[in-house]
Amino acid sequence: MKLNAAIIGSGNIGTDLLYKLRRSAVLDPLWMVGIDAASDGLARARALDVKTTADGIDGLIPHLAADRVRVVFDATSAYAHLQNWRRLAEHDVLVVDLTPAAVGPYCIPPVNLTEHLGAGVKNVNMVTCGGQATVPMVAAVSRVQPVDYAEIVATVASKSAGPGTRNNIDEFTRTTAGAVEKLGGARRGKAIIILNPAEPPLIMRDTIHCLTAGDPDVEAITASVRAMVAEVQRYVPGYRLKNGPIFDGRRVTTYVEVEGLGDYLPPYAGNLDIMTAAALRTGEVWAERALGRAAS
Amino acid sequence: MTAISLRGRKVVLHDMCLRDGMHPKRHQISLAQMVAVATGLDEAGVPLIEVTHGDGLGGASINYGFPLHTDEEYLRAVVPRMKRAKISALLLPGIGTVDDLRMAADCGVATVRVATHCTEADVAIQHLGLSRKLGLDTVGFLMMAHMIEPEALVAQAKIMEAAGANIVYCTDSAGYMLPADVTARIGALRAALRPETEVGFHGHHNLGMGIANSIAAIEAGAARVDGSAAGLGAGAGNTPLEVFVAVLDRMGADHGIDLYKLMDVAEELVVPMMDVPVRIDRDALILGYAGVYSSFLLFAQRAGAKYGIPPRDLLVELGRRKTVGGQEDLIEDLALDMARSRGRAERS
Repeated sequence: MKLNAAIIGSGNIGTDLLYKLRRSAVLDPLWMVGIDAASDGLARARALDVKTTADGIDGLIPHLAADRVRVVFDATSAYAHLQNWRRLAEHDVLVVDLTPAAVGPYCIPPVNLTEHLGAGVKNVNMVTCGGQATVPMVAAVSRVQPVDYAEIVATVASKSAGPGTRNNIDEFTRTTAGAVEKLGGARRGKAIIILNPAEPPLIMRDTIHCLTAGDPDVEAITASVRAMVAEVQRYVPGYRLKNGPIFDGRRVTTYVEVEGLGDYLPPYAGNLDIMTAAALRTGEVWAERALGRAAS
Repeated sequence: MTAISLRGRKVVLHDMCLRDGMHPKRHQISLAQMVAVATGLDEAGVPLIEVTHGDGLGGASINYGFPLHTDEEYLRAVVPRMKRAKISALLLPGIGTVDDLRMAADCGVATVRVATHCTEADVAIQHLGLSRKLGLDTVGFLMMAHMIEPEALVAQAKIMEAAGANIVYCTDSAGYMLPADVTARIGALRAALRPETEVGFHGHHNLGMGIANSIAAIEAGAARVDGSAAGLGAGAGNTPLEVFVAVLDRMGADHGIDLYKLMDVAEELVVPMMDVPVRIDRDALILGYAGVYSSFLLFAQRAGAKYGIPPRDLLVELGRRKTVGGQEDLIEDLALDMARSRGRAERS
C-alpha cells in the first residue's frame, strides 16, 4: 500500500522529484501542481498520467481530501512557500518544504531524519541543496569536538539553478548558514553560493571549512568524516569525498562532489539530486510510520 | 602638443585601492590607512572611492580572508571624513545579502555596486532593486566580461537595467581584454541600453592594457571608469589611476582630479602600504594571458608553495576549467589533485 503525494512546483526540482517518487515503494505521486500550463514539468507529468493543474495551490486544495493526499512536497520558492503553507496548514498533510523558506524545523536526513517526524510537526524544511551537501560534514566534525565557526561554499552549474534559486539567493545563504549552526553544530555559520556557467556543466562541488575550538583530533575527525560520507551515500550514491579532511592549524577543510542520478537534469546537477533524494527519504520515513500505525 | 581625441569629454573616475586593493593586502588595511588614503583622494578631487572587503560586503571568510576590520567599521571610519568624495560599496550576491546592503546604506554610502558573473545578472535583481529603492546610485557590475560575446553581455546588462541599475559595467576581472574587446563590448552596451543608463569599465593591468583599455572604453561611450591609486588591486592591479589621469589630461578629458595631488597620494601613501610591489610578475601575467579572475593570484601562490605546484600551472588549469569569480575554494582542491597525480607520475 502507498500513500498519495502531491508536488507543488513543476521546475527543475519538482520534476526531478517526480521521477524519484515514481520509484517509491510507499508514496505515489498523484498530483503535480504548476503555474504555467506550458511548463516542461507539467507536460512530463501529464505524459506519466499524473494529475496536473496549472492553477497553483488553488488548483490542488479542493482535491486534497477526496484524493487522500497525505504528503505535499513544495518545490516552489521561499516566497511562494509562505503562501502555500498558509493554505495547507489546516489540512491533514505532511508538508515537505524544499524551498529555503524554513517555516518548519530543518531536516538533513543523515543528521536528524527522525527527530521531527511524529512529534506533531506538519512542516519540515529541507534547508537548501548546499545545506544537504555540507551540513553532514560540519556535523561530522562537531560530533568529535566543538566547532567555533563553519563556512561552506557551494558551487553549482548555472543550468541547474532555476528562477526559484536565483530569486532567493539571499534566502539560500541565510537558511544554509542557519542549518550549519543549528544542525551542523557550529557556533557560527556562513554560507556562500557560486554559479558557474561553464560548458559542459560542472558537477556540484562543495567546500566545507570548520574552525575547531582546540587543536583538531586528526584521527577521530578523519574517521568521522568518512563514516558520514558513507551515511549520505546511502541515499545519494553520487556523493563523494574529493579531498580532505585537510588540517591546517585549527582549520579542517573537506572537499566533496555531488553527482546526480540524472533523473531530470543530467548528472552534473547533483544539487537537485541531493535535495530531492533527501526530501524523498524524509517523506518515505514518515509514510512508513503512518502506514505502520494504520496496519497495527 | 596636446592630443585632442577626448577634448571636453566628461568622465567620472572611481578609485579602487581601498577595495580591490584589499586583495594584495590580504584585507589587512588598517582604519588609519583607510582614512588617510581616502582623505587624500578626496582632497585630490577623486569623486568616488570604494571601501569594502576585497570580495565585497560580507566577504569576511575563511574562503576569501578575514579582514582586519568589518565592512561597517571601515565605512563608519571613512564616510564621515569625506568633504566632496562619495563612498561606494561592492556586493556580490551569493556572498553578501540585502542585510549587508542596508548596513552600508545606513553607513552613508552613496553608491552600491552589485556584481555578478557576466552570465548571471538575474541573481542581482533583489539587490539592485533595493539599492534603487533606497535612492542610491545603483551600479550593475558584470564580471569576467571577456568570457561572453558583446550581444550576450548586452542581454545581461538589460536585466540589470530593468532591475534598477542606472549604470552597467563591463568588468575585465581577468585583465584579459585588449582594446578592441573593450570597444566592442562598451559600444554594444552604449547602443543597446537606454540613453539615461550609463556605461562603465573596470580594468586590470595583467597584460599592461589598463590605460589603453580605459581610453578605448571612453571612446566607445563609457561615462565612468575605475582605476586605483598606484594600481593597488588584485593581480597586477587595476588601471593605475594617476597614470590614467595624466593621459586624460593630455587628451583634454574633463575628470576634475588634481594630477599632482593624486600622484602624491599614490607615491606617499599607497606605495608604502604594499606588502610586495603590485606589478606584472609572471603569475599576474598568466592571469591576463589565461583569462583568470585576478584575486586568485595570492591563493594560487600559497597553494602552489604548500603543495609544490608552480602557481602558473594552477592558474592555467583554472582558466581551462572556466572558473569564475569567487571560486577561490577550488584552488587548494585542485593543488591537492595535481600534487597527487604528479606524485603518481613520478613514482611510476
